[in-house]
Amino acid sequence: MSQSAARSVIPGFGITLGFSVLYLSLLFLLPVAGLVLFTFKMTWPEFWAAVSHPQVVASYKLSFLASFIGASINAVFGTLTAWVLVRYTFPGKKIVDALVDLPFALPTAVAGIALVTLYASTGWVGHYLDLFGIRVAYSEIGVVIALTYIGLPFVVRTVQPVLADFEKELEEASAALGASRLTTVRRVILPAILPALLTGYALAFARAVGEYGSVIFISGNMPYKTEITPLLIVAKAEQYDYNGAAAIGVVMLAAAFILLLMINGLQWWASRRG
Amino acid sequence: MSSLAQTQPALAAASLPKATAEPAWVKWTLVTVALTFLTLFLVLPLSVVLYGAFELGVKVWWDAITEPDALAAIRLTLFVLVIVVPLNAIFGIAIAWAIAKFEFKGKTLLISIIDMPFAISPVVVGLIFVILFGSQGWLGPWLSAHDIKIVFAVPGIIIVILFGTLPFVARELIPLMQQQGKEEEEASLTLGASGWKTFWYVTLPNIKWGLIYGVVLCNARAMGEFGAVAIVSGRIRGETNTMPLHIEVLYNEYMFTAAFAVSSLLTGLALVTIVIKSWVEYKDERRHKTA
Amino acid sequence: MKPLINTAKKLALAAIIASGSFAATATTLLNVSYDPTREFYREYNQLFNTHWQAQDNPAATVRQSHGGSGSQARSVIDGLDADVVTLALAYDVDALRKRGELIPENWQSRLPLNSSPYTSTIVLLVRKGNPKNIKDWDDLVRDDVQVITPNPKTSGGARWNYLAAWGYALKKYGSDEKAYEFVEKIYKNVPVLDPAARGATNTFVQRRIGDVFIAWENEAFLAVEQLGRGEYEIIVPSTSILAEPPVTVVDKNVDRKGTRKAAEAYLNFLYSDEAQHLAAKHYYRPAKPEIAKQYLEKFPQVNFFTVDEVFAGWDNAQETHFNDGGRFDAILEAIARARR
Repeated sequence: MSQSAARSVIPGFGITLGFSVLYLSLLFLLPVAGLVLFTFKMTWPEFWAAVSHPQVVASYKLSFLASFIGASINAVFGTLTAWVLVRYTFPGKKIVDALVDLPFALPTAVAGIALVTLYASTGWVGHYLDLFGIRVAYSEIGVVIALTYIGLPFVVRTVQPVLADFEKELEEASAALGASRLTTVRRVILPAILPALLTGYALAFARAVGEYGSVIFISGNMPYKTEITPLLIVAKAEQYDYNGAAAIGVVMLAAAFILLLMINGLQWWASRRG
Repeated sequence: MSSLAQTQPALAAASLPKATAEPAWVKWTLVTVALTFLTLFLVLPLSVVLYGAFELGVKVWWDAITEPDALAAIRLTLFVLVIVVPLNAIFGIAIAWAIAKFEFKGKTLLISIIDMPFAISPVVVGLIFVILFGSQGWLGPWLSAHDIKIVFAVPGIIIVILFGTLPFVARELIPLMQQQGKEEEEASLTLGASGWKTFWYVTLPNIKWGLIYGVVLCNARAMGEFGAVAIVSGRIRGETNTMPLHIEVLYNEYMFTAAFAVSSLLTGLALVTIVIKSWVEYKDERRHKTA
Repeated sequence: MKPLINTAKKLALAAIIASGSFAATATTLLNVSYDPTREFYREYNQLFNTHWQAQDNPAATVRQSHGGSGSQARSVIDGLDADVVTLALAYDVDALRKRGELIPENWQSRLPLNSSPYTSTIVLLVRKGNPKNIKDWDDLVRDDVQVITPNPKTSGGARWNYLAAWGYALKKYGSDEKAYEFVEKIYKNVPVLDPAARGATNTFVQRRIGDVFIAWENEAFLAVEQLGRGEYEIIVPSTSILAEPPVTVVDKNVDRKGTRKAAEAYLNFLYSDEAQHLAAKHYYRPAKPEIAKQYLEKFPQVNFFTVDEVFAGWDNAQETHFNDGGRFDAILEAIARARR
């Protein structure tokens, strides 16, 4: 294929690349292309009507806004958690560190049931929030809670290694030049972790937009209000409206693709800076 | 200072000059805020699951997870893992090898495609495969004419989980192998070792920990996949219900204790993988330190 | 790596052998049903097997699949290998014909009583002591009452709820406009719209949301008996809908698999006296009049109307009310507008 590959003494270029591309194509590219082709059966006005119905638009707004808030919460508290885990020692730190991966591993449906058990007005936490008139379960806040939960590991796990590798000398230099601790954090440390933070943020956001299992238990699923886009796709499919479901699915695919392009742009930007 | 920091990190942290550390009250405030956040989002949900599972005693818990349908779900989930994890591991190794050891056109594109399955809604994944393989779908009539079942059977479940966990091993190995370069392999090959020998004795030991880490994450995610499986499984009791689906079934049958019991088992399995992962990281750290 | 792959091979082999030997010794039927029938069919499958084996047949294994009625029908249309379907409403069963050509046009007249061996109706479940003093459908439109019912777009059961309220209002107030207003007011009082019926029960029972839960009679009984004795009361409205969950053999599948004989016997036996009594035990109204007579005390008399009488059949009801752009969508839009 390319010249350096042909010249290299290392074998296996053809077989590894061939296998990878075949595997990706069969499992991923062809099926996704199939979905896109499927929507070509619809005329453009049909497609547009399906993806721009006010109820669908309301669900985009909720899904994207709640994902945005959830990812933002994770950006703040995830960075803080990463900082605490890297810089400080405190009892139980190892356990806390291990727990961060829990949302990856716990099935989303179980997470949804556990969260609603906690945050419903009959639950351990919701009970107290209820005293202040705050309703978490079956409201937009519930959606944000679920999406914060499932995106939690991303920011922590992208920022943590960068913080761990960060050279203390830079901080020392900054301090020696007379900068206050806060200035050092803001001017020296934050810019260094920013690319990783943005990557984690984008991953958490992308994952949240598509999330289904944990949200449906806690959101209340009121159309125009707390109904997320993935639920609408399921609802369309269950009314035998595969065209409508596929059309909204394609919109979500496009959103995912744009998000990933942004992530790669960020990584490229980060590597150029570094 | 820096050499001290490398050999004795704990001590070094304690004796850092004041200028690069925060006052104790700042430290403990930050720790408290972080721990409160993690308690609300991680510890409490976990406690709900464990409390619900053991509320009525260990015997009830044991009965719930040894009931035939639960056992069938556990068997199915493990069976799926045994197929999904090695396949995605082989894919991860192959693609990392191609990307790290060779230069070719479209490499960047290939790398960015790998992340895609991660950002696609599980619901859309399920829909895609029903549209492709369902009897109303494109390949459906051909498949049913040849008596091949994909959706609403185990192969469909395996395919959607393969899709969802595709990036995990690859994502771990690509940066690792890129960073390691190809000098060691080239040396081994020049000395006359075969390609396979070089892979087994030179490459594999180098990427061992990254591989295990990727496998563990892939494993954890594959066990818990719900949204996509729910669409392609057909929910046949004792046959195409994976553990997450079985939990939903139990919950819908008002068998809350049993639902939480199976959840706790799944959580337990997940925690085991997390412990393995932490152990891997710890080993890796030590290896780096001594190296 | 190697031992792992070997283990994998062994496991795969074992699974293939296990599934293969299973199929060879017994007839296996797959009954694709909706959520609230789990408890009934679990017991019925044993009853049927006893009867089936007594007629010198090899044991029949009946596998069950439960979920929302619409999603179950979708799975069968897309290739889930059901021998029989036992769903919540004729519309979902009819979809098997319209979209998959899996059953013939006359499917509903192949078995007695509209192919519905058991029936039910829609009742109101309230909390202990009936604190909001709910007597009939009219109380559901009051401002101080919160109503729990699932989303009729995704839940078959919820479509019965909706049509029951509509039919009541139509009879009482005389016009479609009035009925529309009435149903809109009910949905204004709905704080949580679960995708499926069982989820709605959990919302009402576990999360204690809402004052009244619109439910199938059998689900209401089950909640009273299983989820908290004495915690809930069933209010039977003056007028309600006769819910007829139909059953049918899936012709295309049984003919391919050669299971027609067993599948037909399975459904026919639902009309036996034993099965009818079993249905009553699980709070379904036996469809056979002579058995139903014995349960007058358990199932109070209601002024029934049917979908055919009031809505001119399911196709019409679906098109007018539940399809995109139908009445239910209009209600949702109106509520969303009012909220802004």
